[in-house]
Amino acid sequence: MTDGLVEVPLREIAHGRTGDKGDRSNVSIIPYVPDAYAYIEEQVTEGRMRAAFGHRGASKVVRYDLPVLGAFNFVLDDVLQGGVNGSLNLDGHGKSLSFLALSVTVKVPQSVVENARQARQSDGAA
Amino acid sequence: MADSVFHVGNAAGFATDRVDAGAPVVKALIESGAPAALFYETLAERTLAYAQRNRLRDPEKGYTPDLERFLAPVLADCVTHGIPILGNFGAANPAGAAKAIHRLAKELGIEGIKVAVVEGDDVREGLPSMQVQAWEEEPLFDVGRNDIVAANAYLGARPIADALALGADVVVTGRVTDSALALAPLLHHFGWDGADWDRIASGVLTGHLLECGAQATGGYFADPGYKDVPNMADIGYPIAEVTDDGDIVLTKPAGTGGRVDERTVKEQILYEIHDPANYLTPDVTLDLMDVRAEQVGPDRVKVSGARGRPAPETLKVTISFAGGWLGEGEISYAGPGASARARLAADTAKQRVEREFPGIDIRTDVLGLVSVLDGDGGGLADAQSETEWQDVRVRLAVNAEDEETASRAAREVETLYCAGPAGGAGVRLNVTPRIKTASCLIPRESIQPRVRLVEAGDD
Repeated sequence: MTDGLVEVPLREIAHGRTGDKGDRSNVSIIPYVPDAYAYIEEQVTEGRMRAAFGHRGASKVVRYDLPVLGAFNFVLDDVLQGGVNGSLNLDGHGKSLSFLALSVTVKVPQSVVENARQARQSDGAA
Repeated sequence: MADSVFHVGNAAGFATDRVDAGAPVVKALIESGAPAALFYETLAERTLAYAQRNRLRDPEKGYTPDLERFLAPVLADCVTHGIPILGNFGAANPAGAAKAIHRLAKELGIEGIKVAVVEGDDVREGLPSMQVQAWEEEPLFDVGRNDIVAANAYLGARPIADALALGADVVVTGRVTDSALALAPLLHHFGWDGADWDRIASGVLTGHLLECGAQATGGYFADPGYKDVPNMADIGYPIAEVTDDGDIVLTKPAGTGGRVDERTVKEQILYEIHDPANYLTPDVTLDLMDVRAEQVGPDRVKVSGARGRPAPETLKVTISFAGGWLGEGEISYAGPGASARARLAADTAKQRVEREFPGIDIRTDVLGLVSVLDGDGGGLADAQSETEWQDVRVRLAVNAEDEETASRAAREVETLYCAGPAGGAGVRLNVTPRIKTASCLIPRESIQPRVRLVEAGDD
């Protein structure tokens, strides 16, 4: 444990969406607040995401960083059990996988968790 | 000044999307007073294969089955106000769709409607004689095989813009890139130069934001307590206000449900994107690395910074072919001990199927325990402990070469009624033909898109 940090699921500080093409899936991870970005960049590595999808047979994970937009894009190979082409999973597209990714944990200051919570509860209007 | 901003609305993100989404979008487009277009995106990868099968059964069909239900609420208003409608709802039969639109217009008392079709995407006949190249890491597809159901190249926005130049009220296409349906009216309106890559990139990004309908306006987003979305039953479909410089403001019709904020927009920007610096389309290579999203008002987000580079010299072709049969059976267990009885049921049915069809591709799940997030081996679900009171559903699924095998395997779930654990209920069986897809590339010059107006009585 690092002093002053709390370990929380990504879902507490970020949101995301899954898309698919063939047997390749992408999951966006989007911090709710700018101060969460660096912690995700440092801790949510390709290796950790690959481990989270290990039971799905992830063969390769590439993370693309988009600092201007404030987002990360994970591209995961071979996690769709053949994709809609051949998967026997009820979710052949892997549309539910963003919530598996959001269960990966990060260690962040309590203030980041609190800022994210407040940002979520704002109505989004300028 | 009115002409310096063009509005593009979307009324559908897939073939079975809400048919009442278009009317509020058209109302907002009319009230804005700005020049505008409306588009429908109704062709997922497999949809065209199903459309080809429909056309084989009935040569008049093969276009989006809900075409008339989509267009009836908006056609008269769009024609009256000069808002062209574009859609890939032609699917496997654009000319058939055009005739159906003429029939609909006649029923609605709309006079003199011009309907254009864009054809040339269907390469089933020509593919074997083309210089086919492999797509990404996929092995090169054998284009000579005899079970191909559909093969279509993704056309870009130019032929659609050409159709608008013919004065079309409605432009019907088959396979085009989804984003082309939004880029085309922008090309037509602003007259962007063919090498004006950044503006064209903005047009593609506009289409990408809009092409999944409500996914930009709070659909596919809500996570109660984390990401709340008001009035999802009447979610407003998206409208992009695009300037000649390619700046985009994404919004939705006033008074509708849903929300447009930086979060909904960012999720859609990255939807189905792989390398964000190289999003390949027939119109441009889109680079998202400098794109930013900024809230500029309630339900208004400005999106800017799209960069473009020349489009690839090849076009992507998606090939659909017969993919065997999917057999599925489900049965429910409820109350105390339900998950244990469900696991016993799943194991029992699986044992019988594997004994009858050794080596068959089979998977069982207990819906209510970990299922869709699990691997084929069920490791996560096995590790889950029993709870006091549950209401779960066993699902068994197999891949089979033939319908008979798929059906017999699924029926092993039905036999659980009398021969399985206590309290099995609510069996449903489902046997469906599968379509598989593969992709390849062809040189751009291999095909010539065709654009023409279709008259009411044309064959």
